[in-house]
Amino acid sequence: MSKYLLNKFLFMVDRDPELVERYRSEPRELVAWWEAECANTVLNCHTGEASTWLRFDDVEREALATHDHVRLFELGAHPFLTLTLFIALFERDNTEPLEYQKSFGARLAHFPMPYPDIAT
Amino acid sequence: MATVVAVIASTHHPFYYRASTATGEDRPPFADEWTSKILAFRETLTRARPDVLVMVGSDHFHQLWLDNMPQFLVGKAPSYDANWYNEEREFGLPRMLLKGQEDLSGHILRAGLDSGFDLAFSNELRIDHSITCPIITLRPEADLPIVPIYTNIFAPPLPQPKRFVQLGEAIREIVESWPSHLRVAVIGTGHLSLELGGPRQFGPHGPDPEFDQRAVEWIANGDLDGCLREVTLDSLHSPGNATHGFMDFMLMMGVAGAGAKADYVDTLDLFHTMEAYFTWYPNGAPAA
Repeated sequence: MSKYLLNKFLFMVDRDPELVERYRSEPRELVAWWEAECANTVLNCHTGEASTWLRFDDVEREALATHDHVRLFELGAHPFLTLTLFIALFERDNTEPLEYQKSFGARLAHFPMPYPDIAT
Repeated sequence: MATVVAVIASTHHPFYYRASTATGEDRPPFADEWTSKILAFRETLTRARPDVLVMVGSDHFHQLWLDNMPQFLVGKAPSYDANWYNEEREFGLPRMLLKGQEDLSGHILRAGLDSGFDLAFSNELRIDHSITCPIITLRPEADLPIVPIYTNIFAPPLPQPKRFVQLGEAIREIVESWPSHLRVAVIGTGHLSLELGGPRQFGPHGPDPEFDQRAVEWIANGDLDGCLREVTLDSLHSPGNATHGFMDFMLMMGVAGAGAKADYVDTLDLFHTMEAYFTWYPNGAPAA
C-alpha cells in the first residue's frame, strides 16, 4: 500500500485544471492514464528522469477510480489533499453554501478517534 | 542592531479575502464584524511602523512536497510570487508579488545554522495563503520586504512542539542580532482547533471550543510552560486533525518570550474554526 502514491495522485491532479476536469468526468480513465504516465515522475527533477517502482494496489486504484473519498480516508491518504481536490470536483454542484463540504464530513462520521494514520 | 517592534500571531483564514470584499447578497452576515476586528488588528502592526516583515507560515502542499520535505525552511530571494491556482479556485485569492529582504534571510540562515537549527533554504519560493492571508489582513499594501519562514505542521513526521518554541526563541535573538537599523515585525500564522477532510469539519464552531479557549489563554499569557505540559504531537490529534498548525502559534510564543503577556488579544468565533489575533510589543506599546 502506498499512501505516498495516493497523495501524489491527489496533489498532481489538484494543481492542474485540465486534470481536475478529466478526473471529474472520467475518473477511471484518468486514474489509469495517470498511473501509466505520471506516477513515476520525479517532481523535483528535470524531465527525462523517472522512478521505476511506483504503482497502486487494486484497492487504491478502485478508490480513486470511484471517487471514494471515504475509502481514501481509511487508507490514510492526506485528508487535506483529498478535501481540496474533491471540493474542486464537486462544490460546483452545491445548492447551498458548504453543502458538499458538510456532506463530505458527514460521510466520515463513523470513523472513531484516532483517525487512520497519514504518516508516509 | 535591528529592533523587533512587534510580534504578531494570528490564525490565517483563507475565506477572509472573499468575505471582506463581497457585497450585496454575496456578503456573509459575519463579514462586517470580521472586517472591523481585522481593521483593529491591522492597526496594531501599523502603529509599530515596521520596515521589514519576517513571516512564519506553512506551505499547504504547494511547493513543498513529500519527495523532498523540509521541516523548517527560510526563503532567500529578491522577490516572492504568491498564491496558487487552487487557492484562486477555492478561495478567490489574488496573485501577489512581494519583495524579499535577502540580507535578513541570509543572516537568519547563517545564525540559525550556527545555533543548532539545520534550516533548509529556497532561492525561488512561491508563497501560499499561510503568508498572504496575514499580508491581506495586516498589510494589504504588500509594500514591505519579507523573509518567509516555513514550518512543517502538515506532513508527518513533524518536529516536536518544543522545537517550534525553540526556533521562535532563536528567531527573536537572531533578528535582534542583525546588524541593521531597520524595524522588524515578526508575524506568524497557525490554527487553533481545526479539522480538514475529516468528520468534524465545517461545523458551526471550531471542532474543539474548549481547546480553543485554553489555547487563547496560553498565548495571551505567554504560558509556555502550561502549553508545553499539555501539548504533544499525539495530543494535537484530539482537537481536530489539522490542529498541528497550533505549533506555529507556539513558535510565535517563543518569539514573544516565555511569560510575555500579549498587548492585544482578540478572537472571533466563526463556523469551522475560531479566529484569534495577538500582538506583543517587546519594547512597549507605541503611541496610538
